[in-house]
Amino acid sequence: MFAFIARRVVYSILILLGVTLITYLLLFMLPADPARQIAGRSATPEIVANIRHQLGLDLPFYQQYFQYLKGLLHGDLGRSFIQRSQVSELIGARLVPSLQLMGLGIAFELLIGIGLGIVAALKRDSFIDRLLMAFSFVGVSSPQFIAAMLFLYFFAVRLDWFPMGGYGEFRHILLPALTLGILGSGWYSRMVRSSMIEVLHQDFIRTARAKGLSRMRVVFRHVLPNAIVPVIPMVGIDIGIFMGGLVVVESVFGWPGIGQLAWQAIQQVDIPVIVGVTTVSAVAIVLGNLLADLVIPLVDPRIDVKKH
Amino acid sequence: MTAETSRPLLSVERLSIDFGPRRVVSELSFALHAGKTLCIAGESGSGKSLTSLAIMGLLPKAASVPGGAILFEGRDLLGCSDRQMQELRGKDIGMIFQEPMTSLNPLMTVGRQLQETVRRHEALSGQETRARARQMLDAVRVPQVDKRLAQYPHELSGGMRQRVMIAMAMLCKPRVLIADEPTTALDVTIQAQILELMRELQAQFGTTLLMITHDMGVVAEMADEVVVMNQGLMEERAEVRSLFAAPQAAYTRKLLAAVPVLGSAGPPESREERPVVLEVDNLQVRFPLRGGWFEPARNVHAVENVSFRLRQGETLGIVGESGCGKSTTGKALLSMLPFDGSVKLLGCELNGIGGEALREVRQDIQMIFQDPYASLNPRKTILDLVGEPLLIHGKGDRQQRQARVAELLEQVGLPAEAMQRYPHMFSGGQRQRICIARALALNPKVIVADESVSALDVSVQAQVLELLERLQREHDLSYLFISHDMAVVERICHRVAVMFCGQIVEIGRRDQVLGNPQHPYTQRLLSAVPIPDVDQRRDFKALLREIQVPDPIKPKGYVAPPQQYRQQDVDHLVAVG
Repeated sequence: MFAFIARRVVYSILILLGVTLITYLLLFMLPADPARQIAGRSATPEIVANIRHQLGLDLPFYQQYFQYLKGLLHGDLGRSFIQRSQVSELIGARLVPSLQLMGLGIAFELLIGIGLGIVAALKRDSFIDRLLMAFSFVGVSSPQFIAAMLFLYFFAVRLDWFPMGGYGEFRHILLPALTLGILGSGWYSRMVRSSMIEVLHQDFIRTARAKGLSRMRVVFRHVLPNAIVPVIPMVGIDIGIFMGGLVVVESVFGWPGIGQLAWQAIQQVDIPVIVGVTTVSAVAIVLGNLLADLVIPLVDPRIDVKKH
Repeated sequence: MTAETSRPLLSVERLSIDFGPRRVVSELSFALHAGKTLCIAGESGSGKSLTSLAIMGLLPKAASVPGGAILFEGRDLLGCSDRQMQELRGKDIGMIFQEPMTSLNPLMTVGRQLQETVRRHEALSGQETRARARQMLDAVRVPQVDKRLAQYPHELSGGMRQRVMIAMAMLCKPRVLIADEPTTALDVTIQAQILELMRELQAQFGTTLLMITHDMGVVAEMADEVVVMNQGLMEERAEVRSLFAAPQAAYTRKLLAAVPVLGSAGPPESREERPVVLEVDNLQVRFPLRGGWFEPARNVHAVENVSFRLRQGETLGIVGESGCGKSTTGKALLSMLPFDGSVKLLGCELNGIGGEALREVRQDIQMIFQDPYASLNPRKTILDLVGEPLLIHGKGDRQQRQARVAELLEQVGLPAEAMQRYPHMFSGGQRQRICIARALALNPKVIVADESVSALDVSVQAQVLELLERLQREHDLSYLFISHDMAVVERICHRVAVMFCGQIVEIGRRDQVLGNPQHPYTQRLLSAVPIPDVDQRRDFKALLREIQVPDPIKPKGYVAPPQQYRQQDVDHLVAVG
């Protein structure tokens, strides 16, 4: 167990190094010039050069990157170009709202996805099954930006079921979380459906029925736990995809989270903020995957972390 | 037809089952009498398993019952609601299945799965429920019951899992126990244990047993009454003694004639003066186990110091139970995995050769596998499949290959037109013939047949064995015949080697080894084989005692002491110590 976690931590550090390096490299190659953005349109080349020097942008790439890594070791993510404050403070202030939205969003996603998957599997090849699978297909393939806007328009503006935006009360979080949940549930409902259908054909389900168990007990005690096992690692992988949705949904609903922060930073070429948010997201994804790997052996006794 | 005058406990009357548009069981009638054992015997596709599922109300959705009745305690089970059937299943009628490895929920402990059944049908306290589970595991002689209750299915062997399955089916003391091929997937000694346990439980609880089996040996060991089915029709229903003594239906006679009977073969024709084609000395196969960061690497010793000779035109049988290393030995001979020791084929050393030299040698040694369904690529025609060895070895152009494939198909009893078709168009027996044709393509001297007739029905099995014998005569082939079935081995082999834990414990002529077994393991193995003779019912009680099996996992660098043999007779060696 200890060896497993130790090895995973080493791998995680390597992954984070890779993520920061690639992000940095991409931003360095970007044609947009942050110094010019800050200086404004009327600035002289001298002013721009001055700003560039101040920000350390005139240094070669590897020096910039090492500066960043050195800061990272001290928990310093650098200063924002635009907002004139520490990136860690900017992210810190927005972490809690984002975590709230993520938590509820993933909960909705799993609840809707697994629920629909179960129903579709049990009603396999019926009209309901086809309807649910069509729904999941739309969910998987619709662009998040458009879907989020439509949800906002119908449920907040036209139907007035939810507030248009804002933060602070429970009702504020519902629509953005539901949006994330509905859009993300398609993967899960498809996966749970096929996994359930596979398990329904297993010999031990026939055994459970031969024992005289009720249909409900067979489904929830014998089929579902076995069908869920392959879905657990997908949750870890999904966190990355989910983060992308978070950026869109937070921007559309004006949710004060790191997704919105990232959106603004990208528009302003605020490199330290972009790299900071990317690093924090990478940590979240790595942690999510580690958590999923640690949860699987609790569900499936055949999987032993020591042997991985 | 039966002597019973009492009312039957359960009776099936003119039952038909349809699978889609196809009728798979037609107007079947039989009756179960309290405390007795009825066997439904038949080959695959006879409808025997569907009949048992129909009684349980567990028929798959695609199946329907157009007519008939299943009467149990004055009720027609076919007319019962889902709910009524749920209450009946597990309480009045219990069932166990063929495949113990997959019949238990892998995510629940044995204890919870057992208790679940009790809780469903009886209002008992938690303590009483646990006591019942423990009591039933004791009844099926599961050792260390408390430990087992907390274990998951994957921590138990196949035999132990089947015992748990039986315990689970017997928990609420059902009056009828249905066993659908309960021992087919098990080794012969484990099979004997399970059969013995079922006899004991029947005596203890007075359970009525309905057994579904394809094995006439098992029928003779267990049945009071037998129903023989074929293609959904009942061919014959008779008391067991009269069925074996004077079978009425032509199908039954054919079936019984096809069953190889252990102890029925005499000494084989001698092959002693023939030249040796395969010479194996101290063959060893090890599988490395990867260690962790802090664990040392270890080896699984799969084959240990195996030596034998195979002569031209001779068949050497290798028998043993699963995990004894017999298949690994076969694969090593074809250089399909790395080995130590010496294997000489026609005087040419195989150890250490590779590339072109190995390809050259492989023309002379070919293999036929167990599962004819899995060993033919479904996307290729028979021409491609049988002609592939010729293509790989660059023999002839397309036209010559086609002629050769036609000739090969002819030899295995298939029409030449078959070459244009795909594997799914053939039955299991035909596919095995195709596999044999493929193995023959390069005119090999030695063929390794790994459980090559085990997946086939007995009547088909008999035909394939005859084909193998005919081909041996025609081509002067040598076979290494790997099998778990002692009766089949006796029928086809000249000499027999018995393997246990990677080593040969006894080797000699078939009449020596199987007729006069000397090693305790050979004796144990042979005492477990069911004999299709009602007057010779075997007592399997002695087999319930487990034997010590050494751990095959050894630290790296471990060298096994060489196996010592004593000479029991000319050419009959028995391991000592």
